[in-house]
Amino acid sequence: MADTSFDLVVIGSGPGGYVAAIRASQLGMKSAVVEAEHLGGICLNWGCIPTKALLRSAEIYRYIQHADDFGLSVKGASFDVGKVVTRSRQVAKRLSDGVAYLLKKNEVTVFDGHGRLAGGSVGARKIAVEKGGKAVADLTAEHVILATGARARSLPGLEPDGKLVWTYKEAMAPDIMPKSLLVVGSGAIGIEFASFFRTMGAEVTVVEVIDRILPAEDEEVSAFAKKAFEKQGMRILTGATVKSLKKSAKSVTATIGTGGEASELTVDRVVMAVGIVGNVEDIGIGGTEVAVDKNHIVVDEWLRTGEPGVYAIGDVVGPPWLAHKASHEGVICVEKIAGLNDVRPLDISNVPGCTYCDPQVASVGLTEAAAQANGRKVRVGRFPFVGNGKAIALGEPEGFIKTIFDADTGELLGAHMIGAEVTELIQGYGIAKTLETTEAELMHSIFPHPTLSEMMHESVLDAYGRAIHF
Amino acid sequence: MPIKILMPALSPTMTEGNLAKWHVKEGDEVSAGDVIAEIETDKATMEVEAVDEGKVGRIVVPEGREGVPVNDVIALLLEDGEDAGALESVSGADAAPSPNPAPAANGQGRPAPSPAPPPEPAPAAPAADGDNGARQFASPLARRMARQAGLDLSALRGSGPHGRVVKRDIEMALGGGASAVSALAAAPATPPPPPAVFAEAQPFEPEFELRPLNSMRRTIAQRLTRAKQTIPHFYMTVDCEIEALLALRRTLNGKADGAYKLSVNDLIIKACGVALRKAPAANASFSDEGIKLYKSADVSVAVAIDSGLITPVIRDAGNKGLETISNEMKDLASRAREGKLQPEEYMGGTFSISNLGMFGIRQFDAVINPPQGAILAIGAGEQRPVVKDGALAVATLMTCTLSCDHRVVDGAVGAEFLAAFKDMIEDPLNMLL
Repeated sequence: MADTSFDLVVIGSGPGGYVAAIRASQLGMKSAVVEAEHLGGICLNWGCIPTKALLRSAEIYRYIQHADDFGLSVKGASFDVGKVVTRSRQVAKRLSDGVAYLLKKNEVTVFDGHGRLAGGSVGARKIAVEKGGKAVADLTAEHVILATGARARSLPGLEPDGKLVWTYKEAMAPDIMPKSLLVVGSGAIGIEFASFFRTMGAEVTVVEVIDRILPAEDEEVSAFAKKAFEKQGMRILTGATVKSLKKSAKSVTATIGTGGEASELTVDRVVMAVGIVGNVEDIGIGGTEVAVDKNHIVVDEWLRTGEPGVYAIGDVVGPPWLAHKASHEGVICVEKIAGLNDVRPLDISNVPGCTYCDPQVASVGLTEAAAQANGRKVRVGRFPFVGNGKAIALGEPEGFIKTIFDADTGELLGAHMIGAEVTELIQGYGIAKTLETTEAELMHSIFPHPTLSEMMHESVLDAYGRAIHF
Repeated sequence: MPIKILMPALSPTMTEGNLAKWHVKEGDEVSAGDVIAEIETDKATMEVEAVDEGKVGRIVVPEGREGVPVNDVIALLLEDGEDAGALESVSGADAAPSPNPAPAANGQGRPAPSPAPPPEPAPAAPAADGDNGARQFASPLARRMARQAGLDLSALRGSGPHGRVVKRDIEMALGGGASAVSALAAAPATPPPPPAVFAEAQPFEPEFELRPLNSMRRTIAQRLTRAKQTIPHFYMTVDCEIEALLALRRTLNGKADGAYKLSVNDLIIKACGVALRKAPAANASFSDEGIKLYKSADVSVAVAIDSGLITPVIRDAGNKGLETISNEMKDLASRAREGKLQPEEYMGGTFSISNLGMFGIRQFDAVINPPQGAILAIGAGEQRPVVKDGALAVATLMTCTLSCDHRVVDGAVGAEFLAAFKDMIEDPLNMLL
């Protein structure tokens, strides 16, 4: 009989849940994870990681198509969608197995099943674990973390069917390579799929309800991205909505409203990417003080719900829906439970965000518009890829890095990047923000030559009228 | 290398102290444990003992100097075999007399100007300042914001990793936040400059003697100003009949045989402790992180002393016997008057009592002692007409007023406490339950 009494039980083993459990174990708490599907959650199995594998295939395919630009000749390049998907699944499997290993190494007990709160009292919460309708375990824990994640939002009349109308899940393991594709929603998820399928040769149309794509990003980045995608042959309709979807045997006809006009578009497949909602159902919070607002669990800065000893982290508590935010919340939550002194609440303005389209997009902190809306007097610096030696050598002259400083104090308020490899660069500004550097320390830092990171330096210099290479 | 003797931090809130008295002079031999100086802090006067042995080579900070920052070199000790020449090897910056001038000794003439913004703090790149451990870690942004605001970084307590001063601390110090991160930081490290009106000489003002502010007076001014400006106070008053209490006191004192002599105040301390146990929500304080509900009722008792006011703490007052409370209180009060209390004896209380009954005050409203959530103001016991069963009668009444921090103690909570307190005072045998 397995042990059923724990200091901490985490429901959900995504990047929030498994990290929380491991950290708890490091701090001497006896901890367990309950997972209904795959260890590692959506991120490892149906999100971040497998999409990166797909996008890597697309990237290499694109390089091959441009081989001639680099003096290389490659003839008859083609792909096998089945193999591309298989590789992506193998990558996901490998990392999920890695999570199993990490949990075991840290002596975290894993329960395979659906977990839900089942009464008990403060200090001795009960968690019922069920698999296929049968109870498999009744656990008791002093602390419970709800890390149940989120799922794709669906709009009335536009519900995915998994065959012609996909969510991220089907889009990630396509049975065929569609010749034409409609992507509804231009956030990170929608744009990554749009970019992948466009690079693989599909005719892609993106519909976004507001007036620009990548709505969370700085407006200049949105505008630059739109131009770059259109240059690649993507069709982008902003300020537009999909009114209805009419399905036939092998295609879907969408009615799209733009302004006052309606037009029809027939495509092989549709990807719905119109946001996500928290998994707050069937987790046993009915009748408790755990409050739900707009499909997300309400928590305080230490991730506490209204019920003593019950916490929630990650996507289920709301945006930004990012794996690294979930992991960090898991650590904060557990360290606070353990009574560590040096715990600080999450500062959203220090959470970087990355979108792995082509060109890549990455940012941290406030957009210029948000900074101004906050009443900040700002200094803005920009530096284009075309002024960077490494970018030219790579054959990636498109993109720019924008930095926003508080004009009075020199505080780095935000950084926004678009172009090759920027997702690997953004953490430099993330560290700078977390350490509260001003423009002075960034100017004093020496950036290695020749790298793309030199543009980070130049952008800061430009904010103060001192850029050297442009 | 001569040994540097530094201004010690004698309490967690101490940022500077006054060098009240030197017990040694240059040339004296000292050994570890010898009392070498007396330091007056914001709360008490404390003795500084030598940690090492040697000869006093130089007294860097003269007697009487006020506002000496913690960790400044106050004297140099020559080790065995060192001669005075070695003193010159100590870097000038460290051993030079502090630039902070002593205020005009006896305050003739014009009033002291309001404290000017402190001197420019360390530049962005802090001087590599060797071995005294006094380096204040601060983020570059915090340093710049402090410099722009004229704040002295060394007076701030950092809330960042390893006590690093970060942007948030500067915003707090500039009055942006409601309360500081921890209770200790709540003691205002650097007060905002007082309004200009206090600094200006008033026209047609008669002659006066200006008495310089001692550190205790400064602390009282800072803490209470902050309390009254930032804590939403509200008040509730109750009359307690104290005949039974006085009778109990007479009975107990009658059999004390010199072992104790209970005062009314001792009984009030006990009653407060028990009432806080019965109304635990009133035994709380507000912090940004949440409401702190204290697990023990540690009652601070305001004691007037020559230099001002101090609040020694009776720990766990509800669970202590009256004899213990009475004897502890006598000891604390007498050492408070001598300025000899240890920090743990006057810090960390959870609730305060201020009793002005002995001065004949009938009723008053006390200012909350931050970060606590409430303070009880006790008036004099006096005979007053009361209506009992429809007829006028005479009763001995004591009027008590509770000041509450509405962020923590709501009306119903305060009332529950006062009802429990009144119950203890009017029927003191309940304290035994």
